[in-house]
Amino acid sequence: SQDSKMASVVPLKEKKLLEVKLGELPSWILMRDFTPSGIAGAFQRGYYRYYNKYVNVKKGSIAGLSMVLAAYVFLNYCRSYKELKHERLRKYH
Amino acid sequence: MNENLFASFITPMMFGLPLVTLIVLFPSLLFPTSNRLVNNRLISLQQWMLQLVSKQMMSIHNTKGQTWALMLMSLILFIGSTNLLGLLPHSFTPTTQLSMNLGMAIPLWAGAVITGFRNKTKASLAHFLPQGTPTPLIPMLVIIETISLLIQPVALAVRLTANITAGHLLIHLIGGATLALMSINTTTALITFIILILLTVLEFAVAMIQAYVFTLLVSLYLHDNT
Repeated sequence: SQDSKMASVVPLKEKKLLEVKLGELPSWILMRDFTPSGIAGAFQRGYYRYYNKYVNVKKGSIAGLSMVLAAYVFLNYCRSYKELKHERLRKYH
Repeated sequence: MNENLFASFITPMMFGLPLVTLIVLFPSLLFPTSNRLVNNRLISLQQWMLQLVSKQMMSIHNTKGQTWALMLMSLILFIGSTNLLGLLPHSFTPTTQLSMNLGMAIPLWAGAVITGFRNKTKASLAHFLPQGTPTPLIPMLVIIETISLLIQPVALAVRLTANITAGHLLIHLIGGATLALMSINTTTALITFIILILLTVLEFAVAMIQAYVFTLLVSLYLHDNT
């Protein structure tokens, strides 16, 4: 019984985000790989997750490309919000 | 209004970090590579388009000129995709910056001219004097041909910058006019809105045409010199 208890405990470092309990969250975040190669790996994983789900399929639709362009527009809006704030149709800016 | 008009052409920086690098690199995300024979729809469409353009553009060159095929195809893809992405709302277009267009035009033109001078020196020098000119006109004509040669890279860069910048400015101005006219006279605002739609269609065409023109001219300078 001692062996089965050890075998069923997954170490904190290898759990995915949705399997981490709320109390363990700060230590989980601190244990992530923040080295440059770790961050590059995270971007690469994210890119391939999106690519293989929406673009690299047999009958890809326009949605795969449009979602990327919509995110691009949104990020550019966030970037230029400071200047756009002054162009709102308000009496007092 | 005046300050806002040109605010979209300022190089984007964030906390002193160059955000513009990310924006210049973004179009490369939209052109995935693949080693397969039969690809997904996005890559298949891009490969078909690339084959069409490269066959049309590289067919006039000889073997030596066709070694530039990769360079010219990357050029037209980059300028075309950057211009088209600049038509999205709030985005920044790197090709509106003269510095970047000069950085593209001068090395490509210089490469073509220097290749011509190194490999076909007599023929390259002969370009400076058109055939059959009367003898008294020769000195002046050589000067004129030299100036017209030296102005080619500047013309390439300024043509691209001016076309794209002017298009963006017109869209900003007419869009602002539509918004201002809506509360004053709705019919005029509607007419202005139709003008805005026509202008946007024109800008899509201009985005692609300018890419084509830039690449075509570089290819012509190359053809003269190989």
